[in-house]
Amino acid sequence: MSDQRPLLEVTDLVKHYAVRGGVLRRRVGTVHAVDGVSFSVGKGETLGLVGESGCGKSTVARAVLRLVEPSSGAIKLNGTDITGLSKAEMRPHRRSMQIVFQDPFASLNPRMTAGDIVGEPLAVHGLATGRAQQERVAELFAQVGLRADQMKNYPHQFSGGQRQRICIARALSLGPSLIVCDEPVSALDVSIQAQVINLLIDLQRKNDFSYLFIAHDLAVVAHISHRVAVMYLGRIVEIADKSELFANPRHPYTQALLASVPVADPKAKRLAPMVDGDVPSPINPPSGCAFHTRCRYVMDRCKVERPALVEAGEGHQVACWLNDGTGRPE
Amino acid sequence: MSEARKDDTILDVKNLQTVFFTNSGLFRAVDDVSFTVRRGETLAIVGESGCGKSVTALSVMRLVPDPPGRVVGGSVTLEGTDLLSLDEAEMRDIRGNRISMIFQEPMTSLNPVMRIGDQITEVLRLHQEMTAKEAWAKAVEMLRLVRIPEPDRRAHEYPHQLSGGMRQRAMIAMALACRPALLIADEPTTALDVTIQAQILALIVDLQKKLGTGLILITHDLGVVAQTAQRVIVMYAGKKVEEATVEDLFENPKHPYTRGLMASMPAVISFGAKTDARLNEIPGMVPSLTNLPPGCAFAPRCRLAVDRCRAEYPPLQEVDGDHFAACWRATELVGVP
Repeated sequence: MSDQRPLLEVTDLVKHYAVRGGVLRRRVGTVHAVDGVSFSVGKGETLGLVGESGCGKSTVARAVLRLVEPSSGAIKLNGTDITGLSKAEMRPHRRSMQIVFQDPFASLNPRMTAGDIVGEPLAVHGLATGRAQQERVAELFAQVGLRADQMKNYPHQFSGGQRQRICIARALSLGPSLIVCDEPVSALDVSIQAQVINLLIDLQRKNDFSYLFIAHDLAVVAHISHRVAVMYLGRIVEIADKSELFANPRHPYTQALLASVPVADPKAKRLAPMVDGDVPSPINPPSGCAFHTRCRYVMDRCKVERPALVEAGEGHQVACWLNDGTGRPE
Repeated sequence: MSEARKDDTILDVKNLQTVFFTNSGLFRAVDDVSFTVRRGETLAIVGESGCGKSVTALSVMRLVPDPPGRVVGGSVTLEGTDLLSLDEAEMRDIRGNRISMIFQEPMTSLNPVMRIGDQITEVLRLHQEMTAKEAWAKAVEMLRLVRIPEPDRRAHEYPHQLSGGMRQRAMIAMALACRPALLIADEPTTALDVTIQAQILALIVDLQKKLGTGLILITHDLGVVAQTAQRVIVMYAGKKVEEATVEDLFENPKHPYTRGLMASMPAVISFGAKTDARLNEIPGMVPSLTNLPPGCAFAPRCRLAVDRCRAEYPPLQEVDGDHFAACWRATELVGVP
């Protein structure tokens, strides 16, 4: 990386949703979906964003693309803050950021041919029409491992893995610098999952774009990411280089997440859940550190004061009072 | 199987065949599958979508929708009773009583307009002589057994008031209320978050030990298999392609499909490995059951396939002590990566 400025810089991103109730639809509560999240993604880098359902990882993805309007915070793409831009001003930036969703059936128009789906962004942005568009689409099909003669087929004629390839081809069509992948392989079978992950890795090597890769599956994230951020109830609790995070997790939640993954080795039996209970509701998140209700190392301080994300080693940040000075649980 | 172990057998499935009649032709969802489950044992059935693992379970439960599906061959013997010969009324006495099933999505298997306690009470009163009061007390006791906090209060709640993990606990409570001999769990933790999955798996394994229930665990996750099962069946395109003890299977997988599955699975353990390392993928995809190749169904995706594999289906053979595989080349494969 010659240019040190990150491609994407997210600062203090907040997204609250109003909960309305009663006849007058008055605001009766707030869902703290994303509650002050900051991170950056470098050029050609993959940042994995992991967390359990409801932790706000998908909201982060959508807010970065401005598919949902953030309540506050800044999102800088290539140095430009895109949060305040109007629809028309957004348009040129949309070319450089694309998304691949989880369910490849819900994100493909069933009445359009695969070729038209992949070619549509080219037409919308006035980049190619007619023959040129057809040729470009055929090229994209080849890149994602589909045959050009499949361009005239409809989504239902493809398998789940192939549909995800169509979504990837569509995302590639405009030559983006950032592709947000929101659980792109969790709907696929294991053997197909590997194919799609490999495809994503190969495409990145060839094109040098960045991924914001969102998943709940730690193994998948561990595989594809360069750096990983762990989210819990709308906040990032730990962020580090992949090898550092998995070898040396500092936050008790990250430790619990890692320990909960069933290991595919019968000799390493260890079905001992590290955390009890459920994730609290984001409508009334716990005070202080949001994880304190399930944390085995909880201290009085955790219940009142919210720990900030602080440096805990080379490129390793963690939001936990245990790491404040002492660095280790007792 | 030795005679001594046979006494312990609670479920004996022999040559099960379940077919579906569809517009695009007949397909064999389960084709000649045999297995046994012993008391207190966990048998895992692994495979990808469409391999027939769920239809196998539904066939045992006699819940295959007819039409379009039908069990056309084989036998299913539960504690000495041939389930396939029972009429629907007799089968209803067995379901939920001697054999129970829990599904992936607890919300779709719970009645949304009935209190949790009432749903468990219903099962109990259907199968056992109990007063409403006794049954309610037993339901609360079951909720306590599955470690739902404040079971007295939770019994009065409706499914939507519970979290996903709690709902699955309630399902387990209901499934085990009559102390069945066999519990079938079809992807019981797939819809759950990983920390909750660990809790539920630990609970199932713990209760199974406590109660001596036989368990069939259907899953696509080899990690779950390794952590819970004693024996494993690998299915592909409706057929059993490998069966072994869990230790044997992970240490020495014989079928190329099993090997492929294991290699294609990203492991958290690989974090020490090089960044963005490619995974070993199995090329191609699962063939359509209406249009299976004449030989081994895996041959088109198998890099070890020879002409014989494409022409003749390999029989399931014992390749090692108590380790079966349906592959012409299974015995040659020792030592091949």
